[in-house]
Amino acid sequence: MCLAVPGRILSLTGDDPLTRLGRVDFGGIVKEINLAFAPQARVGDHVLAHVGFAIAVIDETEATRVFDYLRDAGDSVSEERDRP
Amino acid sequence: MNFRDEYRDADAARRFANAIRGIVTRPWTLMEVCGGQTHAILRFGVDRLLPPEVSLLHGPGCPVCVTPAEYIDKAIEIASSRNTILCSFGDMLRAPGTKGDLFAAKSRGANVRIVYSPLDAVTIAQAEPDRDVVFFAIGFETTAPANAMAAIHAKQSGVNNFSMLSSHALVPPAIRSLLEAPGARVQGFLAAGHVCTVMGYREYEPIAERFGVPIVVTGFEPLDILQGVYMCLRQLEDGRAVVENQYSRAVRRDGNEAARRVMREVFQVAPRRWRGVGDIPESGLSFTEAYADFDAERRFGAVMTRDDAADLCIAGQVLRGDRKPTDCPAFGKSCTPERPLGVTMVSNEGACAAYYRYRSLETMDAAQ
Repeated sequence: MCLAVPGRILSLTGDDPLTRLGRVDFGGIVKEINLAFAPQARVGDHVLAHVGFAIAVIDETEATRVFDYLRDAGDSVSEERDRP
Repeated sequence: MNFRDEYRDADAARRFANAIRGIVTRPWTLMEVCGGQTHAILRFGVDRLLPPEVSLLHGPGCPVCVTPAEYIDKAIEIASSRNTILCSFGDMLRAPGTKGDLFAAKSRGANVRIVYSPLDAVTIAQAEPDRDVVFFAIGFETTAPANAMAAIHAKQSGVNNFSMLSSHALVPPAIRSLLEAPGARVQGFLAAGHVCTVMGYREYEPIAERFGVPIVVTGFEPLDILQGVYMCLRQLEDGRAVVENQYSRAVRRDGNEAARRVMREVFQVAPRRWRGVGDIPESGLSFTEAYADFDAERRFGAVMTRDDAADLCIAGQVLRGDRKPTDCPAFGKSCTPERPLGVTMVSNEGACAAYYRYRSLETMDAAQ
C-alpha cells in the first residue's frame, strides 16, 4: 500500500494548488499525477508517486549519497582489516 | 538515473554486505517496519547477504493486513446494498472478512469498483449522482493525505453522494506498543521510508531515546535496505540509539508540510484496533467535525470490532515479529494465496505472501 514509484515530470497543467497536475513518465508509462503535495515540482523533476499523488520531489544530490556512504563504509572495513 | 535501477546493483549490494560483516561482533535483532520492505528483502534476497549474527524480523506495516475483518464485512454489506457503489484499492479485494472477500462479493453481483487513486472515487460519485459512492479508505500516513484530499475535493465540488469507510493506522504508536510488550526482542528499527516522506521523523526521536533503540528511516530498494541495516548496526555496535535518515532523497525531518496540513484538516488521531494485534491507543484516525459528513459509518451504521485473538490465523504474531510465516502449521497447506486464512497471505505487503511467493521451494520442503 505504501508503494511509491519514481517518475519524471514531462509537463504541468493548472494553477489551483489543489488540482495542479503533472504528466509523469514512469519508464515509458505516462500518467497524470496530482501535485498538491509537491507545490515546488517543476518540469524535469523526479517525483515519488503514490495513489495518484506526488508525495515528494526526489532530491537528486541526496540520491547519490548511498554510493558515497558505501565507499566510506567499505574503506573503514579495509582499514580495520589492515590493522595488526 | 531513474532512481530505482541504480539501487539494485548486485556488486554494490555485495560490498555493503562485506561492510556489514566487517562491523558486526555479536548477534543483533532488527525489524523492518514496512511490508514493502519485507517483500523487497525476500524478493532480492537481501536477508541472504547478511551475516548469521543479524536477524531481520518483519513488522506490522501492512495496512491491508491490519484492517479488522469487520471493516471488510461492512464494505461487502455496503457494496451489496441497493444503489451503492463501493470503490476500493485493488489490494483490498482478496483480503478475507469473516464471511468472504470483496472479490467474491463482486462476482455475486455486488457493486465493487477498483480505483487507482481516491480522487477516482470522487469522479465516479460525480458521474453517478443517484448512487451512494463509498470509498474504502485504508492506509498509513503515506496514504491518509491522498484519502483526505478526496474528501476535500468532494466538499469543494458539493458532491453529497460520496463518503469514506475509513480504516487508517499510524506507525509510531505501533512501534511504541511493540517495544512496551513483555519480552520485546527488537534492538533496532528500519522505519518506513514513505510514511516518513509524509510525516518526517521527529515523532521517532523520543521513541529512540526512551527505549534506547536506533531507528533508521530507510528506503525500499536493496541498497537502501542494506545501508539502513549498516547504519542501525553501526549505532548498536557503538552503543548509540538515535534517529538517522538513510532515505534522504525523499525524506526530510519535518516531512511534507502540504500533505500533513491536508491530513490534519480532515482527520484527527483516534484509538484503533489492529487486526490480529489488538487495540493500540492513538494509532488511528477519525474524521474531524468539519468532515464528519463524509464518514460512511454515519450513513451506513458503525463498524463493531470483535476480539479476533482466538482466530486460527497467527497473522497477529507474524505482524508483531514474534513468529515467522513458516512457523505456522497452516502455511502453504490449509493457507495459500488461493485459500487464505489471513490477510498476510494475500496482501502485496503481507509477510506470508512474500515467503510463499519468493521462497516456495525451501519453505515447502520445510513444511513437508
